[in-house]
Amino acid sequence: MMIQYILRRILTSIPVLFGILLVTFALARLIPGDPCRAILGEKATDAVCDRFIREKGLDKPIMTQFGIYIGEIARGDFGNSIRYSLPVTRLLEERLPTTVELSFAALLIAMLVGIPLGVISAVKHNSWVDVVTMIWANTGVSMPVFWLGLMLAYVFSLLLKDTPFWLPPSGRVSPGIPDDPFFEVWKLTLPETGFVTTLCNFISRLNILNALLTGNWELLKDSIQHLILPAVALGTIPMALIARMARSSMLDVLGQDYIRTARAKGLKNGRVIVKHAFRNSLLPLVTVIGLSLGSLLGGAVLTETIFGLSGVGRILYDAITARDYGIVQAFTVVIAVFFVALNLLVDISYAYLDPRIRLD
Amino acid sequence: MDQENKLQTLDAEGLSLKSVSLWQVTWRRLFRRRSAVIGMVILGVMVLIALTAQWIAPYDPLKVLIGVEDVKRREPPCIHLLGCPADKPQHIAGIDGNVRDEFSRLLYGTRLSLMVGFSTVTFAIIIGTVLGALSGYFGGWIDNIIMRTMDVLLAFPSLLLAIAIVTVLGPGLINALLAIGIVSIPSYARVVRASVLSVREMDYVSATRALGGSNMQILFRRILPNALTPLIVQGTLGIATAILDAAALSFLGLGAQPPTPEWGSMLGSERNQVFTAPHLVFLPGFAIMLTVLAFNLLGDGLRDALDPRLAHVS
Repeated sequence: MMIQYILRRILTSIPVLFGILLVTFALARLIPGDPCRAILGEKATDAVCDRFIREKGLDKPIMTQFGIYIGEIARGDFGNSIRYSLPVTRLLEERLPTTVELSFAALLIAMLVGIPLGVISAVKHNSWVDVVTMIWANTGVSMPVFWLGLMLAYVFSLLLKDTPFWLPPSGRVSPGIPDDPFFEVWKLTLPETGFVTTLCNFISRLNILNALLTGNWELLKDSIQHLILPAVALGTIPMALIARMARSSMLDVLGQDYIRTARAKGLKNGRVIVKHAFRNSLLPLVTVIGLSLGSLLGGAVLTETIFGLSGVGRILYDAITARDYGIVQAFTVVIAVFFVALNLLVDISYAYLDPRIRLD
Repeated sequence: MDQENKLQTLDAEGLSLKSVSLWQVTWRRLFRRRSAVIGMVILGVMVLIALTAQWIAPYDPLKVLIGVEDVKRREPPCIHLLGCPADKPQHIAGIDGNVRDEFSRLLYGTRLSLMVGFSTVTFAIIIGTVLGALSGYFGGWIDNIIMRTMDVLLAFPSLLLAIAIVTVLGPGLINALLAIGIVSIPSYARVVRASVLSVREMDYVSATRALGGSNMQILFRRILPNALTPLIVQGTLGIATAILDAAALSFLGLGAQPPTPEWGSMLGSERNQVFTAPHLVFLPGFAIMLTVLAFNLLGDGLRDALDPRLAHVS
């Protein structure tokens, strides 16, 4: 049953993926002006442009071009960046870990703070805890991410300077801290290219994970210090959304008859809340968490710009200002595909939590 | 409406029961919610500021004060009541990076922010309603094409799609508005489609058809009014998101261009000065937050007030 459901969901996301490619393809073709100079830069000569247009198949009918584009994507060829003169995939491999680490930390903070706050305000409905949480949650969803980030940097890096609460305003690690990748510390020999090498490189760039793997506590402390402010800035909106949803869904469940039954048969309050109520209020929460992933990815562009992190969001921003369309197109595809995959995971966990959904 | 009120009307008016319209009920419920009232008050003030900006602003928002007054770049706020020497000109929000009065710029920014919110959402509601109505009413392949397109639009994180669209259209306030409008169409299309589907087969609709009503008549006079309440709620909350996204685009330099007094762009152009001139970052951001908060509070209040399932609560 479950496997069937998963397969069906994967099949239904194929048209969406196709649509994503169509949209990004169309966007790239809609860029005003000559596509060659948009990609190779203003200074490209006519001869270079002619060759480029022939090579890229830009003189072929539009449907053929779309076919070529899909073929390239399927082979994992996202083209090159003019600014960095590197394949976009290389850039992705270098920059994605920063964004993954940041989004993961933000989501973790959002869940660890948001869920308990929501549950407590539901249990203590109308108490001062509830009122304060809701005021805070309403303000939280209304804050511009970039403003919150800058204000956090101002408070923690400037006002709290020379106190133990000082936090660095930008970057991922302080200069001079060794961050040897785990495969070098473990003296592993990796092949030149290939999936394993890419994976190992990727993991070694997740600073916190790498620090844990190599037992490099100095790096661990430093990376966490650098991660706190951006993660809090990015995590605040999802945190507020999660707290609100946890509260309303918990309130909903606490009003149900079976909760009264559980109380009537003499169960302890804590047990009723955790075992009976909380588990059943999880379902809407999963949806909200899934939906906030989208705002997280969008917010990463802003957060990384503010905190000087060279992640996917930052590079996307730089690419936009430098009109490096290759990167904009490729990263939009990658992020959208990533987003679809996450939504798929959310749906599957939804079906796992609520067996009724599988039967639809 | 609750029982008590009905009884009271009954007592007062003898035996005739006074009928109360949905909007009257909604208003009453809305006024009973503290958060919704706070939202409405903030918005009222904002609208007032927006309408009277040219009279209440002490300076021209675009006027560079070099040579006009003795002020320096990025000077902190100077308020006479709070001990700023009386011989200095008063600038209650300080001076910005181009030696302009920040307070006047903030006031004018209200105008732009409200305009951004209303225009994008109006655009998205009109297109979304047409698409959702066609989709729900006609079903079949029309429904399939429209809704799958909406799915694709929803597959992108909204801010990123807006960024991509602005990249194509070119930076600028109008293009940013268009981009935000486009990315918010799907949610309205879904809302309208759902309400169309829920009443399409009802007897009163069939009755209109039997009486010879055209498709357009049925759609606009019989079916779409049902979508009004969810659209109002979605629209109010949508304005909040639109203002946030527009500010983000302007912050990134893709929306309103300097010297336009737009909060996001004012904040963006001073973001590297956060340590030296924090007021230039704090104030525009705070203004954005306040506006967005007001729309969120009002939207939540409207949702509760318009929800018939909560009728007994009020």
